[in-house]
Amino acid sequence: MARITLDGIAHAYARNPQSPQDYALQPLHHVWEQGKAYALLGPSGCGKTTLLNIISGLVIPSEGRLLFDERDVTRLPTEQRNIAQVFQFPVIYDTMTVAENLAFPLRNRKVRRPQIAARVADIAAMLELTPYLNRRARGLTADAKQKISLGRGLVRSDVSAVLFDEPLTVIDPALKWELRSKLKAVHRALDLLMIYVTHDQTEALTFADRVVVLNEGRAVQIGTPEELFERPEHTFVGYFIGSPGMNLLPAQVAGTRAQVGDCEVQLGAAYPAMPADARIQIGVRPDFVTLAPTRGLKVQVRRVDDLGRKRLAHVSLAGHPMVAMVPDGMATIGAEAFVNLDAAHVLVYRDDVRVEGVAA
Amino acid sequence: MNDKPWNNRAWFFVLPVLAFVLFSSIVPMMTVVNYSIQDSMGVNNFFWNGDAWFRELLDPSTEIGARFAGALVRTFAFSLTCLAIELPLGIAIALCLPRRGWSIGASLVLIALPMLIPWNVVGTIWQIFTRADIGLFGAVLTGIGLPYNVTQDPVSAWVTIVVIDVWHWTPLVILLSYAGLRAIPDAFYQAARIDGASRWAVFIKIELPKLQKVLVIATLLRFMQTFMIYTEPVVVTGGGPGNATTFLSIDLVKIAIGQVDLGKAAAMSLVYNLIIITVCWVFYTVMTQLERRRDA
Amino acid sequence: MRDSIIPRLALALYLVLLMLPIYWLINMSLRTNADIMSHFTLWPHEPSLIKYREIFRDPSWVHAFGVSLTYVAINTVISVSVALPAAYAFNRYHFVGDKHLFFWLLTNLMAPAAVFVMPFFNLYYAVGLFDTVWAVALAHCLFNVPLAVWILEGFVGGVPREIDETAAIDGYSFPRFFVRIFLPLIANGIGVTAFFCFMFSWVEQLLATTLTSSNALPFAAVMTRSYSASGMDWSLLSAAGVLTMVPGAVVIWFVRNHIAKGFALGRV
Repeated sequence: MARITLDGIAHAYARNPQSPQDYALQPLHHVWEQGKAYALLGPSGCGKTTLLNIISGLVIPSEGRLLFDERDVTRLPTEQRNIAQVFQFPVIYDTMTVAENLAFPLRNRKVRRPQIAARVADIAAMLELTPYLNRRARGLTADAKQKISLGRGLVRSDVSAVLFDEPLTVIDPALKWELRSKLKAVHRALDLLMIYVTHDQTEALTFADRVVVLNEGRAVQIGTPEELFERPEHTFVGYFIGSPGMNLLPAQVAGTRAQVGDCEVQLGAAYPAMPADARIQIGVRPDFVTLAPTRGLKVQVRRVDDLGRKRLAHVSLAGHPMVAMVPDGMATIGAEAFVNLDAAHVLVYRDDVRVEGVAA
Repeated sequence: MNDKPWNNRAWFFVLPVLAFVLFSSIVPMMTVVNYSIQDSMGVNNFFWNGDAWFRELLDPSTEIGARFAGALVRTFAFSLTCLAIELPLGIAIALCLPRRGWSIGASLVLIALPMLIPWNVVGTIWQIFTRADIGLFGAVLTGIGLPYNVTQDPVSAWVTIVVIDVWHWTPLVILLSYAGLRAIPDAFYQAARIDGASRWAVFIKIELPKLQKVLVIATLLRFMQTFMIYTEPVVVTGGGPGNATTFLSIDLVKIAIGQVDLGKAAAMSLVYNLIIITVCWVFYTVMTQLERRRDA
Repeated sequence: MRDSIIPRLALALYLVLLMLPIYWLINMSLRTNADIMSHFTLWPHEPSLIKYREIFRDPSWVHAFGVSLTYVAINTVISVSVALPAAYAFNRYHFVGDKHLFFWLLTNLMAPAAVFVMPFFNLYYAVGLFDTVWAVALAHCLFNVPLAVWILEGFVGGVPREIDETAAIDGYSFPRFFVRIFLPLIANGIGVTAFFCFMFSWVEQLLATTLTSSNALPFAAVMTRSYSASGMDWSLLSAAGVLTMVPGAVVIWFVRNHIAKGFALGRV
């Protein structure tokens, strides 16, 4: 299988959905490509698990078609799709050893013994489970069990997509990093399509080639981690991604300038006239807002957080809260200071959606 | 579980329970022990009898010993028969119960109903139900030609008592198993689907292992209750025909209250209780072992 | 997976078989004795409530039902109240002999009533409680108190200890914390416990009949007197039997949603 296509996939639990609110997942068009790693990122209840379950076949969507290559698999039972799924907590068969666990999907599909043994050995080696092969699966740690769950998915050679539903939830924080690296290594080694659901942006941004950001059933933006960081298409993406999130300030925009209260902000592009009743905001990430002692836009400093690697200043620009970076050199910060905004990274949003400007 | 603080003042919390159970259990048991080692000549004239009652009880060649041995064997046989039917049947029905929807509430109410019927009424229901002249069960069985007669045929009496217990108490096994099944997260079933497991494999490899603790509790409760059964057989068969359905409790009450043979009754009570405590201890150990293995 | 037709059929068949004896009792209760003895029918052709009326008009029956409901209520209240602090202690603390005490409580749960008939008879006679509702209520504590402790301990365990600690930090005295914060959190568990105490006390008849003689007779004792000149009064017996099932049915109906939930959250 080379790709998975979502053609107008939507899901509502009610019989006759009337408005967008009735949908758990609003109509979505997307193509997932073979060999890439995708993340589905969003807060709880945004529909990401529903989407994952539609792809794996545990949920039949109320609208739309699901295609594996050109085949319509919308109603195909799970066991006949070439996918594997890893759940939030380890799902293993208590009464079997690790080797038997890994062999289980192959035994059910009547694969021959020697092939099963070879495959189990391969996957166990890849996941570093070989020393445990003859141990009871029940007695192992949570991360080992998750590896077994993953292994059961990988052991079938016809699997072309692996779906992950927040798999690191029950893993010890100290081991999360290790498991994540292992997942990436497996991805590179096996050239599989991987779809990873999470609410943790660090996981999403480090794991995935492309990220689908979901909010309230809607796919708000799909792009690479860089695109999401540099050019959030929606204020939700701006605020959800990045720690801390993007600063959003109400403003009047005309040409290459934006007016926030009595402050004038220089923009990196020219923007057309905006309708009067629209909600206009400018957005700029704290990474691109620098605190300065003397020149720039005047702000009131509320407090400074020292996070070790960096210092963040919580300020107020024309009465609106804002977060700025404090440069290393700046020793003392008084109650008043100045900020400088990197014009190229100031973005304009109309009714929460980004407006593209014309290069000035 | 092991990080509980040590606090002996917790005994204050436990005192009320202790007081009640002392009153209900220890004090009465002391009188039983008292009686078991004494004999009486007339009212209030007791003298030491040592372990004579016990020796007589445990010697099958004496009258009381034979009676005790017979009742013991009958009671064990009864318990094991009922367990052998109720456990598989209960699990099977629990598997048939829907997991979602309105019909669960209705089903659970109907299933639980037999357990809330006072035990003498259970006896009455079946007393009527098994009569050939006015009861459906009796009429149907004699109608198809079977030699069914509760009051005169020991086999009929046995079958009837077993059927009554299965009818009465399988719901307990069903409810416990159902609760245990509901506790299994959906993800296990989903993973099994993806793995291509058959329905039977799902039962053996996922459901049954996860029901272990529930089944130990169910076995314990059912064994105990069948081992102590009293009211239902008394109402339906009176312990007969002859002593075919005279179980330990029934015999004990006959001796204690019927014959007012305090010494023998007391000795029998103690041995009876001892058997129960031993079985209880075995189960308790098994249960705590299971807990320990699960937490490991 | 469970959507195929066989499980549904099996369940339906089981429910029918389960309800059959109960239906038969109701059938009997709606007919007169003469009718019962002369015809064998599957449903009452001329249903009548005459036996029910007879019961409601008979003071000894009414009194008997009242007695039974009373001692069950008393017992439930006592068992649950006494068990609550003990369950808390068992779950939250280690103390000298705690494991042994818990096991001993469990054995009392399994105590055969037959063993205690004789000593209870003497005991309650000696303290002057023989033939009162209190005798039965207290006697039933033998098994209901351990049961209540066992079930409640599981529910107490479901409440994270952090809540206790937070309340202590916030300055709650223990009694206030217990009543205002803790009890509402295990309300479900208290409900399940009360249900089981009610159930086991309502159904137990050996102790109830042995410890009473004339003033506090429970319905079981009155039922054994249902002889008339022409033999067993089957229809009266049946009507009485149906009436004894009513409290049980009512209670299950009210807790139907909590049964499965409570089971799953508690000891099991």
